[in-house]
Parts: sequence; C-alpha cells; structure tokens
Amino acid sequence: MATALKVNGKTHQVDLPDDVPLLWVLRDEVGLTGTKFGCGVAACGACTVHIDGEAVRSCQVALSDVWGDVTTIEGLGTPNAMATIQKAWVDHQVAQCGYCQSGQIMQAAALLAENSAPTDADIDDAMQGNLCRCGTYPRIRAAIHDAASKLKEA
Amino acid sequence: MASIGKILRRTFLIGSAAIVGGVAFGAYYVTRPAANPLKPREGETALSPFVLIDQDGVTLFAPRAEMGQGVMTTWAALIAEELDVELDDIRVLHGPAAAAYYNSAMIGEGLPNKGYDITDFQHNLGEALGVLGKTLSLQVTGGSTSMKDGFERMRMAGATARETLKQAAADQLGVDRAQLKTEGGAVVAPDGSRIPYTELAEAAGQIDPPEVELRDPAQWRLLGQSLPRVDIPGKSTGTAEFGIDVRPEGLKFASVRMNPKLGGAMNGFDASAAEGMPGVEKIVDLGTGVAVIASNTWLAIQAVEAIDVDWGAAPYPPETDALFDQIAKAFDDDPNSTMRDDGDVEVLPEGATEIRADYTVPYLAHATMEPMNATALYTGDKLELWCGNQAPTLIQIRAANTANLDKDVVEIHTTYLGGGFGRRGELDFGEIATKVAMAMPDTPVQTTWSREEDMRHDFFRPGALARMRGAVKDGKAVLIDGKVAAQSCTHQAVERVTGFSGGGPDKVLVEGFFNQPYAVPNYRMSGHVADLAVPVGFWRSVGNSHNGFFHETFLDEMAHAAGRDPLDFRIELTRTEFAPAAGCLEAVKEMSGWTSKTPDGVGRGVAMTYSFGTPVAQVIEVVDEDGTIRINKAWIACDVGLALDPSTVEAQMIGGMIYGLSAATTGEITFSDGEVEQYNFPDYDALRMHSTPITEMRVLETNKHLGGVGEPGTPPSMPALGNALFDLTGKRARSLPLNKQFNLMV
Repeated sequence: MATALKVNGKTHQVDLPDDVPLLWVLRDEVGLTGTKFGCGVAACGACTVHIDGEAVRSCQVALSDVWGDVTTIEGLGTPNAMATIQKAWVDHQVAQCGYCQSGQIMQAAALLAENSAPTDADIDDAMQGNLCRCGTYPRIRAAIHDAASKLKEA
Repeated sequence: MASIGKILRRTFLIGSAAIVGGVAFGAYYVTRPAANPLKPREGETALSPFVLIDQDGVTLFAPRAEMGQGVMTTWAALIAEELDVELDDIRVLHGPAAAAYYNSAMIGEGLPNKGYDITDFQHNLGEALGVLGKTLSLQVTGGSTSMKDGFERMRMAGATARETLKQAAADQLGVDRAQLKTEGGAVVAPDGSRIPYTELAEAAGQIDPPEVELRDPAQWRLLGQSLPRVDIPGKSTGTAEFGIDVRPEGLKFASVRMNPKLGGAMNGFDASAAEGMPGVEKIVDLGTGVAVIASNTWLAIQAVEAIDVDWGAAPYPPETDALFDQIAKAFDDDPNSTMRDDGDVEVLPEGATEIRADYTVPYLAHATMEPMNATALYTGDKLELWCGNQAPTLIQIRAANTANLDKDVVEIHTTYLGGGFGRRGELDFGEIATKVAMAMPDTPVQTTWSREEDMRHDFFRPGALARMRGAVKDGKAVLIDGKVAAQSCTHQAVERVTGFSGGGPDKVLVEGFFNQPYAVPNYRMSGHVADLAVPVGFWRSVGNSHNGFFHETFLDEMAHAAGRDPLDFRIELTRTEFAPAAGCLEAVKEMSGWTSKTPDGVGRGVAMTYSFGTPVAQVIEVVDEDGTIRINKAWIACDVGLALDPSTVEAQMIGGMIYGLSAATTGEITFSDGEVEQYNFPDYDALRMHSTPITEMRVLETNKHLGGVGEPGTPPSMPALGNALFDLTGKRARSLPLNKQFNLMV
C-alpha cells in the first residue's frame, strides 16, 4: 500500500515497506540525493532533514512514522536562489569534501529558526551531533554567526 | 635520457610504490607523448588534455580528484591565469582516466633525499624523474603533490592555448600575433575589437602550438589570491554529485559483505533467509563475499546481513596483542632502511646524559564520511564505472581485469569524493561494484557499503612501534638513535596494484623520522618492516602520521632532560639546518605568546614536522576543567613556499590538524578473533564542534620549493597534544589514543 509523503511542498506516493527509513525513501525512491548516508545509527548527522521544521536524523525515522512535512537541503534553497544560511556557507567557503554539509546546514537552519542569536555554547550544543571528518568546524561556526546577523538585518 | 635507466635502477632500490612497476617498461616510452584523452567532436578543439573549447565556452580539466582540498579550483586557476579566462565563465570538470594526466611530483618524492636539503640539481632530477609517471599512467591524487605537479605544467597548458588562439586570430586578421592581447576569454585586436575564443577554436585546432614563456608572477591576477571554490555552491545546496548520488536510468541498489577476518576465505553461505525479503532481486556470490541487489539500498543492507556465512580464518594473528608482538619482532631483524646515519651513535659523547623511550601507536581507519561505494553498468562488451576515486587509471585497469575486458572499453566517471584521506586510492570498492554489476548485465547497479562494512574493511594506517635512544649535553641534543617498526604500506600497495611483490627500502615507512631538519651531530634513523597480512594503506600523511608522534614526543623528552624550553630547544636545532622550520617555530611562539611557563590548570605543547616539502609547527593548549581536560586553543604556522590559494592552505592546515587530533584523542582499530572490533562512529569517533580548539594560523612563504598542504597539518598535531598533556599533568603519553590515559573531553 502506498504511503503519502510530503517533501519540499510536493506529495509523493511511496510504495515501500513501512520500516524503510526516511533517508532511503528520499534517496532511492523520491530521488533527492542531497540528504546523505553516513552511519545509519544517528551518530553523524549527515542525513539531517526537517519534519515540520524540527531537525531529525532521517536514518532513524521509519516511513510510517513520518509525522509531518519533510524539508530537505534541496527544499531550503537552490544554487540560483540560496537560503541565507547557504549563502553564508558559500561566503565562508565552508565545505571541503562537502559530504556532511547538507546535514550541517539543515541542523544549523533549525538552530537559527529557534534561536536568532546563538552563542558559541549554543552552537556547540546544537551542532555536536554533526560529524565532519575534514574538520570544517571553525568555518561552520563563523557561517552560523554570520547567517544569524544577516537574518536579523533582513 | 641515457641516465634514466641508471636512475631507474637506483630508484628501484628506494622502494617507492610509484617507481617499482616502472622498471619493466624502461625509458623508451618516456619520450612518446601520451595520447590526448579529450577526443574533440566536430567544431570542438582540445588544445591540450587540460583545455577544451567549443561553441558553448571553455572547459578546463582538473584531473586530480576533488576530495575537499580545493584542487579543482586551484588547478583551474593555474590554467586560467595564463589563458586569460575568468573562473566564473568556464566549466571545470574532472578529466577522464587517462595516461596524459600522470602525476609527475609523486615520483620525485621517491628520491632518497631528506627533502628540505634538496639542491637545485636534485630538484631538477626529481622533475626529470617525473616523466616516469607517464610510463606508469600514474594518475593519482595523493602525497600532497597536486600543486607541485601542476604548477608549471598547467600554466604552460594555459599559455600554449592562449598563444595558439592568438595565432588563429592573427591569421584571420592578417596581423602579427605580437600585436594581439587576450582578456576575458577573447583575443583583442589592435583596434580594440574582440574575437571570443569560442569563435577561434576550430581554426586554432589546425595550428601547431607556438613556443611560449610563462608570465612573471608579478603579473598574476588569480594565483596567490583566495578564490571562491568552484565546487562550493553545489556542496552547499545538496546538488554536488558524489559517487553515492549517481542515478543512471534503471538503477538497482546493492550492498556487500566481505570476510571480516580480512583476507580470509569464504567457506560457504546460506542465503535462504535473505531470498524472500522485501525488494530483494538477486543474491550474488562474489567468491570471497556476498552481495544482494535490491530495489533500495536499505533493503539490500537488511538482506545481505541476513545471509548466514561461514567465514574462513584470518591470515594474521587474530588478537591485537599478538599483532604487536609480531611488529616488535621486526626489531630483531636487520633494518629495511637506515636513511640517516650521521656521526657515530654507538659511542655516547663524553659527559652526555642518555635517555631512552619506547612508543606505540594503533592501527587507524580512514573513516571517510561517504562510505565506500561505486556504480557499474556491464553490458558484456563494455563497462561504465562511476565512483569517487583517487586513481582513475588504476581503477580502470582493475575493473577491466575484473570484467575480462580491454581497458579501452572501460569508462571511468570520477565524481566528487566524500572524503579520501588515502582510502579512495584503493581499488577494492570499484572491483566489488564491477563484480556485482556483472551479475545483472545491462542494468546499472550501485553497490554501497554499510558504515560497519566500511569501518571494518579498510586498508588501515599500520600500528607502529618506536624505540628511541638519545643523548643531551650542555642543553643540546647530541645524539638521536631511532628505530621504527610497522607493516609496509608501500610493499602491500605495490603488490595490490602490480601483482608483484614490493620490496626494497621503504621511504614511506621512515618519512617524518629520518628527514627531520634538526642539526644533531650523531643521528641514525632506521625502519624495520613487520611481515603481517593485515591490510594496510596510505592514511593522510602516511608514515609521518606515526613518525611525527615518535620523533616529536621524544624530542620533547630530550628537551626536558636537557633542562630546556622545548620550543627554544627546537628553534636552536633547526635554525642552521633549515631556516623555514625555525621560522614556523618562531611564528607559533609569537602567536601563542609562549613564555615557557603555564599557569596551573593550563598545559601547552609544541611540535614541528617537516613533511611533503612543508614544515609545520603547532602549539596546542589544554585546560583542566574540574578534572576534565579540554583542548582549548591551537596555533599553526606552515611554510609552503608559495601559497597559491591562501584560504585553501588555511582550510587544509586546520583540517589536517583536526584529523590528527581526532586520531590522537580517540582513534584506535583493534582486533579480536581476527575481526576489527570497531563498527561505527560510536566506536571510532572524531573531534566535533564542541571539542575542536579555537585555532589561529599563519602561512609563511620563505621555503625555496613549493610544499604540499593537504597532509602536513596532520603529523605535528598528535605530539603537540601529548606534549601539552605532559605540561599539564607531568604524565608522559608514550602511546595513543590519549583518552585511554587522560580524562579528555571529546
């Protein structure tokens, strides 16, 4: 039986077993590959998406448990129309290999939605579930602060 | 060229992976041009393997893998600098797998000199040897060589293309080429009118390229600047394509399990539990492992884990302790190399104080963020393979051999790499994906490893031991006698790639050990090779990753034995030997406000490692917060000679340090019953946002030769942290990881 799933404003009918994690529905069924597979056990944050605005690890949410509208990195902004936070990521030249950055950006976007002026300690708390093996953390921190001040101006 | 044969024989003895296979080919091929892999269609002109111009614009090929080090952008900037195009107006692509993209610098690194003491003659010799890369089709991204390799060649490629386009315009306008200028992707005529390159391309393709000279660096407009990286918008919007994102039409998804007793046989398996599972389309017997092809990667992973497999034993001692006993036995044999033997270490100088210390570091995994994967389409007479990889020509040969096809019908598509660190220079993921796809011809199949499969089937950074003996007198180091023992990554890699047993002195095993720029009169450094079958490979900074810890921890112990400040002790030893290293140490001293004394609850440590042509000094500060130790701050200074892109140099140095600190704090791969005991990030973690120090850095440019940047940030981080912990606690860390001995906040 198909399950209805709303992603980035568009409804998809998904015909997969109930226990397939949202991550793999997005990547292999819906065709949105911006959300990444890193560990499968909620230890790296590469698969972070929003459900009704809340940052979640999509590798741990079964298809049948998706409780609201899903937003992925593709729904946040596009190369020609970037969200403020994505623009900050470009301005600060954050990405190295780039593989974890979709998850980092989704986590940071959720932080800023709830805290418009995060301190370094707030950033430490919110971002420590997101692993980056290239070590881009200093630039991620700078980009979050920058995005926060740009959002305030807007 | 006559001397090349002689050099080849000598270099064979050096034991570099890159050179060993080359002996079989000899020097003849060196003089033949490699075929241009860009095959222009009608109306297109490929002016070199690096520049393609058609009606739509200019495309530059950066045939080094973009794994986060910014190589695509800087490589393109080298071409664009001479070609007079703007990076915004052109496309930059990874080149196909092709011999024309050989890496010349990697071969030069095989020379048995220390690097920092290189003469111009030796430097040129290194470049001459670089032609050997061509005979080996060695298109490899590694060894922090991309800029050393591309620096001259890519500017020349750009300049040649520019002058050829100008000649085409000169012929068209009936003027002399010297009267023309170029700017913004167009030739500018004396009257100011512009002819875009795109309109000249076809005519330029008919002209023999003229001789060209490179521009004076004083005229550079791109090089030396921090340029916006071409790959970053895609990586900030989820649109950059990694290997795991490739979606050819009709794609199926697979996952794999190989023997966790690494290299052991598969005695048999029962797949009945997997056969009826949802989405399963095919069970594949790989001979040494099993795979499942399904409609979804997760369903494939569930099914492949449900297969009951009878695995054969590992071809090495099954427990960690026994492995290290075997490594220690290598000290009983003659050394594999003694690449430094100055003065006489057998005699203790009169009045000197002798000290000794033994050190141990564990096996390590690469743990790239993107688990190993590749996508293959096998059609019986052809193969296409998509993957992030550091060695497209080698993976092409491996896939061709696997599919029993000629390599010319194997097409390699190199995507972005979700981390490399050396892991994606291996060929196993491509071979496995090829085998899986061969079980379902005419259908593209993506084979993705679970994180657990990735973590437990690495080519690990070898576990290593060091036995150090030294002497100090009158506040100075007068003797260092060091021995390192570990498996040889080089010997194993040569065997994996060429099928021949790799032998000879292994420079990689002792890099960061024998070639450190310290003026110590009696100085002998030897490498001992442990004969073990644990798969080992090149891990960011390779031999330097363990030797940096051994050498710089021991030097700290010597400084304390001599009653000296460890930073001043190092500055004094490097100043006459290699001034850029002293310059880096002086820079971190000034930046950190180093005073020899730290308040209670604060510890500071310093280390300097010269690797890949670049000296890097680091100071690390730790603080005790109610019994928990936090890495608080770091200062880095490096001397790369010429910072082609300062922002990229900074990102690589800081990232390299964090990679090293991650290993130093918690990184450890252990074995039980022949199997790796770490499965996923909870067992093999890394620094995160809250545990990363605030870092300041400085890039110096006094080094005479262009140094690498991707790896040199890693080696000094581990000893600098250990030395800081000694300063804080008085307890000397002689083994890693440090969280086993200190209560670290990680």
